Amino acid sequence: MPFLKSNDMNTSPTDAFLVSAYISGNEKALSDLIERHKQRVYSFIYSKVYDRDVTEDIFQDTFIKVIKTLKRGAYNEEGKFLPWVMRISHNLIIDHFRKNNRMPKFENNGDFNIFSVLCDDDLNIERKIIKGQVEEDLRRIIEELPEDQKEVLIMRLYRDMSFKEISEQTGVSINTALGRMRYALINLRKVIDKHNIVLVN
Amino acid sequence: MEKTYSKISPETMSNLSPKAETIKFLLDYSKALSVIDCYKWKFEALLN
Repeated sequence: MPFLKSNDMNTSPTDAFLVSAYISGNEKALSDLIERHKQRVYSFIYSKVYDRDVTEDIFQDTFIKVIKTLKRGAYNEEGKFLPWVMRISHNLIIDHFRKNNRMPKFENNGDFNIFSVLCDDDLNIERKIIKGQVEEDLRRIIEELPEDQKEVLIMRLYRDMSFKEISEQTGVSINTALGRMRYALINLRKVIDKHNIVLVN
Repeated sequence: MEKTYSKISPETMSNLSPKAETIKFLLDYSKALSVIDCYKWKFEALLN
């Protein structure tokens, strides 16, 4: 009985025995192996990364590698099972730190959280959608303006042209361009008030 | 996003053991995974 521990022949099969049973298709053997070593592997990972979630991820990735290697028949019983698993988790921990070194982190403690002074001013997805709808509504209202007013308004607001440039391009005086812009805005306000259109985010 | 840019100072943990769902995931993954031998290649297949 080379796979059994000499001091506990009946109750506790060796890792090598469980590994070979698992490779032969006994899924229960894997459960026993994980149950037997989970605490040591988990503690080892936690002692390096100090984060429960990261530990959980690395623990999971470690055993996914173990499962794949065993199922592929690529495992050789030269060393011991546990040191092999530890080596895998050690390599994954190194990968984790390499990845994290590219993105340095600010260390929070109980009293101070960096996110209490930093915030993301970008619009969230809901506000982005509302902004898109408001802009679309505005575009539709502008389409309803008389052609000469619409032309001046688009040149001024969307193309950021000066009234001098607008007057040169449209062939009217600056005052006329200014007047058209004024009437365009008045008409826009009228349409917005009349239809109770809400154009705020 | 907070986790990507900041971390919490290490605390002492008394009960260091993986979550039950992590273990369950691994056991389910193992049951679902089969390796198919095809000449000199090996293919992994995940069955649902």
